[in-house]
Amino acid sequence: MSENGRGPSVISLRKVSRVFDTTPPVAAVRDVDLEIAAGEYVAIVGPSGSGKSTLLNLLGLLDRPTSGTYLLDGHDVGRLSDAQRAGVRAERLGFVFQAFHLIGHRSALENVMFGGMYRGVRRNERRDRALAALDRVGLSHRAGFRPDRLSGGEQQRVAVARALAVRPSILLCDEPTGNLDSVTTDSIMSLLDGLVADGLTICLITHDPGVAARAQRRVRIIDGWLTEVADEVAVR
Amino acid sequence: MSSGLAIARSRFRLADAFDELLAGIFARPTRSLLTTLGTVLGLASLIVTVGLSRTAGSQIIDQFNELQASQVMVTARSSGRDEAVGRLPWAVEARLDRLNGVVASGAVADVPNPGRVRTVSVVDPTDDHAVTVPVVAASSGVLAAVRGHVAAGRWFDEGHVQRADRVAVIGVNLAQDLGIRRLDVQPGLYIGEHFFSVIGIVDEALRDRGFLGSVMITSTAAEQVFDVRRPERVVIEVELGAGEVIAAQAPVALSPSAPETLAVVAPNMPQAARDRVAGEVNSLFVLLGLVSLVVGAIGIANVTLVTVIERTREIGLRRALGARQRHIAGQFLGESAAIGLIGGIVGASVGVIIVVVVSAAKGWTPVLDPWMPFLAPPAGALVGLLAGAYPAVRAARLEPVEALRGQS
Repeated sequence: MSENGRGPSVISLRKVSRVFDTTPPVAAVRDVDLEIAAGEYVAIVGPSGSGKSTLLNLLGLLDRPTSGTYLLDGHDVGRLSDAQRAGVRAERLGFVFQAFHLIGHRSALENVMFGGMYRGVRRNERRDRALAALDRVGLSHRAGFRPDRLSGGEQQRVAVARALAVRPSILLCDEPTGNLDSVTTDSIMSLLDGLVADGLTICLITHDPGVAARAQRRVRIIDGWLTEVADEVAVR
Repeated sequence: MSSGLAIARSRFRLADAFDELLAGIFARPTRSLLTTLGTVLGLASLIVTVGLSRTAGSQIIDQFNELQASQVMVTARSSGRDEAVGRLPWAVEARLDRLNGVVASGAVADVPNPGRVRTVSVVDPTDDHAVTVPVVAASSGVLAAVRGHVAAGRWFDEGHVQRADRVAVIGVNLAQDLGIRRLDVQPGLYIGEHFFSVIGIVDEALRDRGFLGSVMITSTAAEQVFDVRRPERVVIEVELGAGEVIAAQAPVALSPSAPETLAVVAPNMPQAARDRVAGEVNSLFVLLGLVSLVVGAIGIANVTLVTVIERTREIGLRRALGARQRHIAGQFLGESAAIGLIGGIVGASVGVIIVVVVSAAKGWTPVLDPWMPFLAPPAGALVGLLAGAYPAVRAARLEPVEALRGQS
């Protein structure tokens, strides 16, 4: 299944479409085939409105495809109940959002401790994982700070730590640097590079070519059609 | 597909849910506090209403009225020729005391023409202290039913009644007249020609002060010696407010085959007075309390709805992290119920304090059913639960994708 021999597929989309039930119906994602192998670092690029957010929502089990199959770690997640899909999100998916989505009145540590909360991991265990994750993103010294006392880059690091605390099969990043300046962007991208080096699988959507260039592999989505971008070796 | 079976459903530990609930409430402590106000006011005014009307009602009934209000008397109806038609049994305690609302009961009959009563301890034949006094046949429950008190010795027990022992209990006034001061000398007295041992002295009989100057003997001895076959009246002590119910039930219990042959005297006056006062205080404040409670519920619903909108992105995040709809709904329901619960606790405390302070100011004894304050917190939680239902459903129905994009 994998194209580059790095391991078995974490994500495997086959003829996946998502048509929105509007008048007239809008096909945001059309017949997409996509394999992402374990340890891969894939950037999905495309102009706004091209369907990349819809694709990421499908990958994140936040939305169901209209047709096609989606295998995550070999499981056909399209057939699962909502409760099971929630279970998959809690257990295998890490999310990083453009707007960080930190909870304002909770400390950085508490925010990171949300990872694993909905899979029944005990509080002490979550705390240990959260401390380890904060350490991994280099924010151990900010554990007790509330988000409003952290810089944008630090906030996004906390969000990455929260995703890491889930111990996901894949990290899904939705424009993770969209709200950050270029210097901070670079530090976040270096963090992601490091995570990939550790063996994490990352799928990132962005419209920033500079950010996309740091991924090992790029796919482009335009009007719902997905195409592989061929220059992967040259850029990296 | 078999692979689906390997997927666990997401779960949310109770301990975590509790932590999140506290965090949610204390995230905006001032708002949470203000939100509880409606419930506090509503439940406090309900408790004050009930408490003060009970307290005020209890003051109306002073001791004299209270005695009347808690007494039911049953007698046999007499026919035109002064002959009793109805038949009362002696063993009224067994029939009446299990009725709900009966505190004590007993049957009494006056002994007709008992003869003069004199003591044996007096030797002087010229002055034998002989007096004409009432002699009363009484069942074992009479003492309690007339709120009597034995100063020395004892009242009859079932053994005395069964054996028809010749024993007497005398009133304290009669004891003085007869010169009986001590029971340890085993005093006795003659009623006519019949000797009775004195086993007790009664110094109090609130419902029938005549007892203090009478000789009381057992029903069985009265039958053997004086041919008294039936009691004339049954005295029943009832709980306040139970008078009417017992008045209706007692004749049936005493004479199941012919209850209509018995006449009943039941309390009415103090009951009416209490109802009048209670009515005036109650209707106004209960209404006020209920209105405050509804306003409180609307307040909780409103604030929870605002909170749901404010926390749309948080809801989206939680869904992304694996929360199910029921987890989200449960979280918001829990928060609104907790706010209602806190309101109930505070409201109960405020209500009790007001009842006590007002009573103290008026010199009353505060009266409050003990379960009232304990009912307020669950009532508050229920209000919160009902008020939170709609916002919680709204929160749960948010699509994760929309919620993450959320207005904030």
